[in-house]
Amino acid sequence: MRRDAVLEIGCEEIPARFMPDALSSLRALAGDLLSRERLKFDRLVAYGTPRRLVLYISNLNDTQDEAVRQVRGPAKRVAFDESGKPTKAALGFAKAQGIPVEELVIRADERGEYVYAELRQPGESAAVVLGKVFPRLIGSLPFPRTMRWGDSEMRFVRPVRWLLALFGNQVVEFEVDGVSSGDITFGHRFLSPGPVRLGRAEDYVATMRGLSVLVDPAERRESILAQASRLAAQAGGRVVAGDDLLSEIVFLCEHPRGMLGRFDREFLSIPRAVLTTTMEKHQRYLPVEDESGRLLPCFIAFRDGGDLNIEGVTRGNERVLRARLSDARFFYDEDRKIPLEGYLDRLSGIMFLGGLGTVRDKVDRLVRLVEHLARQLGVSDEITGIAKRAALLCKADLATNMVREFTELQGVMGREYAISSGEDPGVAEAIFEHYLPRSSDDALPGSPAGAILSIADKADTIVACFLAGLEPTGSQDPYALRRQASGIISTIVAQSLKLSLGDLVGVAARGLLQQGLSGESPQDLDERVLDFMAGRLKGYLLERDVRYDLVDAVIAAGFDDIAGAVKRAYALKDFSGKEEFQLMATGFTRAANIAGTVAEAPVDESLLVEDAERALYGAYVEAARRVRDLARRDDPAEMIRAFAELASPIDRFFTEVLVMAEDERIRRNRLNLLAGIAALMKGVADMSKVVVKSG
Amino acid sequence: MTFEEIVASLEGFWSRQGCLIMRPYDIEVGAGTMSPATFLRALGPEPWRVAYVQPSRRPADGRYGENPNRLFQHHQYQVILKPSPDDVQDIYIESLRAIGIDPAMHDIRFVEDNWESPTLGAWGTGWEVWLDGMEITQFTYFQQVGGIDVRPVSAEITYGLERIAMYIQDVDNVFDLLLSGDIRYGEVYHQFEFENSKYGFELADIPTLNALYAAYESEANRVLEAGLVLPAYDYVLKCSHVFNLLDARGTLGVAERTSMMGRIRALARRCAEKYIESREALGFPLLQAGGR
Repeated sequence: MRRDAVLEIGCEEIPARFMPDALSSLRALAGDLLSRERLKFDRLVAYGTPRRLVLYISNLNDTQDEAVRQVRGPAKRVAFDESGKPTKAALGFAKAQGIPVEELVIRADERGEYVYAELRQPGESAAVVLGKVFPRLIGSLPFPRTMRWGDSEMRFVRPVRWLLALFGNQVVEFEVDGVSSGDITFGHRFLSPGPVRLGRAEDYVATMRGLSVLVDPAERRESILAQASRLAAQAGGRVVAGDDLLSEIVFLCEHPRGMLGRFDREFLSIPRAVLTTTMEKHQRYLPVEDESGRLLPCFIAFRDGGDLNIEGVTRGNERVLRARLSDARFFYDEDRKIPLEGYLDRLSGIMFLGGLGTVRDKVDRLVRLVEHLARQLGVSDEITGIAKRAALLCKADLATNMVREFTELQGVMGREYAISSGEDPGVAEAIFEHYLPRSSDDALPGSPAGAILSIADKADTIVACFLAGLEPTGSQDPYALRRQASGIISTIVAQSLKLSLGDLVGVAARGLLQQGLSGESPQDLDERVLDFMAGRLKGYLLERDVRYDLVDAVIAAGFDDIAGAVKRAYALKDFSGKEEFQLMATGFTRAANIAGTVAEAPVDESLLVEDAERALYGAYVEAARRVRDLARRDDPAEMIRAFAELASPIDRFFTEVLVMAEDERIRRNRLNLLAGIAALMKGVADMSKVVVKSG
Repeated sequence: MTFEEIVASLEGFWSRQGCLIMRPYDIEVGAGTMSPATFLRALGPEPWRVAYVQPSRRPADGRYGENPNRLFQHHQYQVILKPSPDDVQDIYIESLRAIGIDPAMHDIRFVEDNWESPTLGAWGTGWEVWLDGMEITQFTYFQQVGGIDVRPVSAEITYGLERIAMYIQDVDNVFDLLLSGDIRYGEVYHQFEFENSKYGFELADIPTLNALYAAYESEANRVLEAGLVLPAYDYVLKCSHVFNLLDARGTLGVAERTSMMGRIRALARRCAEKYIESREALGFPLLQAGGR
């Protein structure tokens, strides 16, 4: 008989941010454990609320599948005599395995025919097996942080207070650190307090709904969105709902009830980012905007509960927001009493990181690094001026009241205050943009000055961290250096900036050393940073579906010019689908393997004796001319096509010509020809890294 | 409900829960956690149930009595339940009823907020408790105190008294709170706020404070060497308060600041270790007494 089963781990409020991962782990681990225990089922679902982690198993078999274990005994010829009667060996084996001798079976394998005992292990009842599976499941659920409580020895994300475990109408019995499983659950903390007995697993979701708990996060999410749109429409606007915030609200409620709150219109004079940060990050409210995207003086909050005194609860939330916005307005007004530049001095009181001086020191380095980059890139004096001014001011907002209170507004407030201080709009924008991209899917700096400053800031941070011995290891990357390195790469590519990575890293490193700042690991600093950057470039290209061997081939040919390397990778990727690609890869690799990439002397035409080598030489001269031309035009795709033209002549050469000729001069000449050919591709891709399909 | 009635209700409630009702500690502290009735009693195996009001000084939060929400000194109602009982959340919710907050009429939420005190080498997991979107209580299960894993685990419940009173009395400015009878908060505390803010931000003599820090630190060390933990811990608290004053004054260099905090942490840690030793030497008396 098949029944549903349910496990509900009743907890004190679990951090909302852990829930999505916890539920997918719960489902995956349960699936794994059940199949290992040979328990068949139709469907597994993980539900969850702040107070419960739920595993729901549909149509679970009431017993395990039978297990059959094969035990090999003696060989057939030893086990049975000529007349087919079992020998002592067979009788002994059967006895040892605890089965009658007639039940022995014979199986053949590469070693011959053997006697086997098939030991059948009957399936245990599902309830018994679940009693072993559930505690193991609870013990193995991973959380980013666990805790202990009371006298308990157990570690879990928050204290476990009850365990509901049913298979059909049968309690699955087990105990976890003093908490025994049972058929008792609890409803909504305030709407349906007190214990409730659940008769059968199949009634779980409906019963919980009756107890004002929507156990399915998808259902709560839908309800939240529907209520939010309705309330926003009431206010004549639409709701601003970020995914992260929605997911958080979903896991802060068992029974979400939306309400529309209002605040004084005059607060709208505070910058939008401050308003939304206060509403979203601090209060978990959804902002509301009008059709043109301007914020309306209202918000949507969710209570975990029902309609009782909803006006009072709304008023309470309005009060809290009013107090917070008053604070924010106070900061905003205070901060603007002096110009942004006035905060520079205070940066000497803010530590940068790893004991590497203060933020003020960093700003001084950035101004110099930005100036250097602007010169290298040959940008206009105007852009250079904007970038340098922005570099000087880009960290000043860290000393303002607002950013000290709302750290996530760094850059955003810098831009605001730059404008209110009468700075050039380009400077203000570059200040904001220098933090971009803040995540892997964030926008990139759009202005040249913003891009230059962004690259300089990130390079300085990366080099400083490596100098201080704070480089990322394994999954540990506390200063988000990988993201910053990827940001540098994306920005260089997006703006097609021709800059030397080695120079960038070298100048950034010298900037730190010139300030007399020294960290724990100064040895091979540039090299380590460049290795790290190569790794990020590799990641960048792999994410864009460039095959790993092509990535290796391109990086091995150099990555100092990031934008160029990425262009080469795309060109190689496009060409790798073509038929000639294999032949080209093999040809150039063979040429380089035999001759290296440095010719000792130019090819002497008079020493070319065979047709195939004369043909190859002709093709080489033509290709070399084209490649020189194309390199000037920075067109790797055409260059690769030019190399491909050489694939057939090279192949013919290797088939028809013996490189290692008796005559020393002819041999040298042939090697020079091959070396010249291999050298053509040197700065484009190292074809020996390419994996060539055999056959 | 006046401020004093709220305090009296909480005293009554927690007394009925078997808590010892203690007086505020008589040395300046930044939070109720720093009182030895929490910091030291949370250590070791002895059970402990206590509740007390603790005036808490945060010099950097001083606003000369001009800000409706921020104070140089606010009042916490501090409860320690060791070991944390299984129904600790329910008990806490009951305590809200005792001060006239009917949970069914409001939105009570437990929102993740892990507490950490770098100066005390202490941290715990827990929540800030929201009442209609306002944080009214910090609820923490201590995991480490003075750098030592605690067993059993204490639940710490810290009510922000001014915030709760403002909500209950429906006032937007802390100085308008009714303390008792017809006396308002501002009438009693405004001068305190103004003078202490002025002192902390403008007048505090830095060389004097530095000398005090050094003197308190060396006294704490000397007393610890002599094997006395409680007087030593008092000097750690004094170090911490002087440090807070210097920090608010805004003149501490980064390295200096880090070093001063680290020195307090080291002292707190030694006090924690010494305290457990001293209780062990006494045979953990409260284990026999059943803790209260």
